Amino acid sequence: MGLSERAAIVGIGETEYVKGSSRTEIELMLDAANRAIADAGLKPSQIDGVIPPPIYTHAEELAANLGIPDLRFAATVNMGGASPTAAVGHAASAIAAGLARHVLIPLGWKGYTALRPKPGQPPGRPVGLNVLMATMRDFYLPYGVTAPVQMYAWLATRHQQLYATPPEATGHIALAARKHAQFNERALMRGRPLDMDEYLSARWIAEPFRLFDCCLETDGAAAVVVSRIDEARDLPHRPVVIQGAAEGHPYPADDIPSRPDLFRIGLSFAAPHAFAMAGIRPEDVDFLQVYDCFTYVVLLQLEAMGYFEPGGAYDWLKDGQIEMGGRYPLNTHGGLLSQAHVWGLNHVCEAVRQLRGDAGEVQVPGAELGLVTGWGDLGDGSILILRR
Amino acid sequence: MDIAPVPRPRPQPEEPLNQQFWELCQTGWLHIQRCTGCGGWRHLPRYQCAHCGSMQWEWAISTGKGSLFSWTIVHQPMHPGFASETPYAAVVIELEEGVRMVSMLRGLPLDALRLGLPLELGFERQEDGFLLPVCRPVDTP
Repeated sequence: MGLSERAAIVGIGETEYVKGSSRTEIELMLDAANRAIADAGLKPSQIDGVIPPPIYTHAEELAANLGIPDLRFAATVNMGGASPTAAVGHAASAIAAGLARHVLIPLGWKGYTALRPKPGQPPGRPVGLNVLMATMRDFYLPYGVTAPVQMYAWLATRHQQLYATPPEATGHIALAARKHAQFNERALMRGRPLDMDEYLSARWIAEPFRLFDCCLETDGAAAVVVSRIDEARDLPHRPVVIQGAAEGHPYPADDIPSRPDLFRIGLSFAAPHAFAMAGIRPEDVDFLQVYDCFTYVVLLQLEAMGYFEPGGAYDWLKDGQIEMGGRYPLNTHGGLLSQAHVWGLNHVCEAVRQLRGDAGEVQVPGAELGLVTGWGDLGDGSILILRR
Repeated sequence: MDIAPVPRPRPQPEEPLNQQFWELCQTGWLHIQRCTGCGGWRHLPRYQCAHCGSMQWEWAISTGKGSLFSWTIVHQPMHPGFASETPYAAVVIELEEGVRMVSMLRGLPLDALRLGLPLELGFERQEDGFLLPVCRPVDTP
């Protein structure tokens, strides 16, 4: 129903993921876009829709550089890190409505370099102020709360206190990502395995988050192309069909403390819509690519999707079912925690590889149905259910 | 080598409602928005009551009394202005009027934090004279 099975992901592209790139955000995004368009077997001039990230570029700039003479559909999703995954759903809805045939979704940034400016290097593009910035600047910043790690810690502390979550629960999330990264040539944490003792003895960043609860900061870009389902079948790769897509926003979305229920996150609203649209249950999926800016954010999303009851996280996570070979392999590319931070578009790329059967040593045998989530802007959520 | 301390960031409100909130803090009394339609208190400041739809409201004085709703203990400062104070607790207090606010904890060891701990918002004068509401345990002079 709706936009289900009307569009498919037909191309993926990723740059190298590094700590420190001499290229600008737009150059990185163009590189990833060219790769994704080529992977799709298309020419840039066949792209007629672009959904750029909410910052660093805009659709017209991308179109002018790539050579897109007829840009029929241009829109932007303002959901922070949840934007690119939500954008795949927006692309599918535009295609289902007949507004576009081939939609490009790029995301690139200098998440490492922007925080570590060097003399002589060109400054990164500025981040525009949005509504969340006013909340943060006027009500959080005066109290030394300036970064997502601190704001999401309010969610994690309260949840951990209410449900007595042991730190090993989130440890298993960090360890699974790190284990999977060992098989990924693009993963920044390849060659750096992690065990529970090292996880638990790492320094605090903002309690309850230790160092390895926090994602990487990365320079790089990724891109995907979404095409109309009938056109997708004529392209080189097996189409990865968008079976379900939804977004959700916590209430109120622009302030964490004033939410009546801190654990009713964006995904709590979105997930039931996506599962219903796809006609599946959560337990039907073969793998999970869950936005992992911080480990506890993964735990909250899994709970919101119904994989376990509040308080049940540790029992669900402890026995390896989220590791390769387990029932629900999680973030098989290493995720934001151990591959790279490109706003979760790398999660979408990995889901496509899995469903094409191209995931190499971390291939989930016979993977037919996959789930991807996005998280951003204080808890906005997006979800995709993809089928090969 | 002496390094001049980096000043702490102050609110820089551009929104009139946020400006008024912080200007009223400088009186030394905590003012929270209250809907004159349904009487509901609200924070963050908003133009319209999401409960009853009224756009009529007033600034009303809060008791400042409340309890600890959540917290984080910051070990790695993300702003250099707070580097000298780590580790510090950035807390969410639930006021007895029902609204929740971000604040900073004073006067308690960090290992004493637990959900529901009674707290009170009071004003602390900063080096530049700015009055900042901070949380203290109840019955602290």
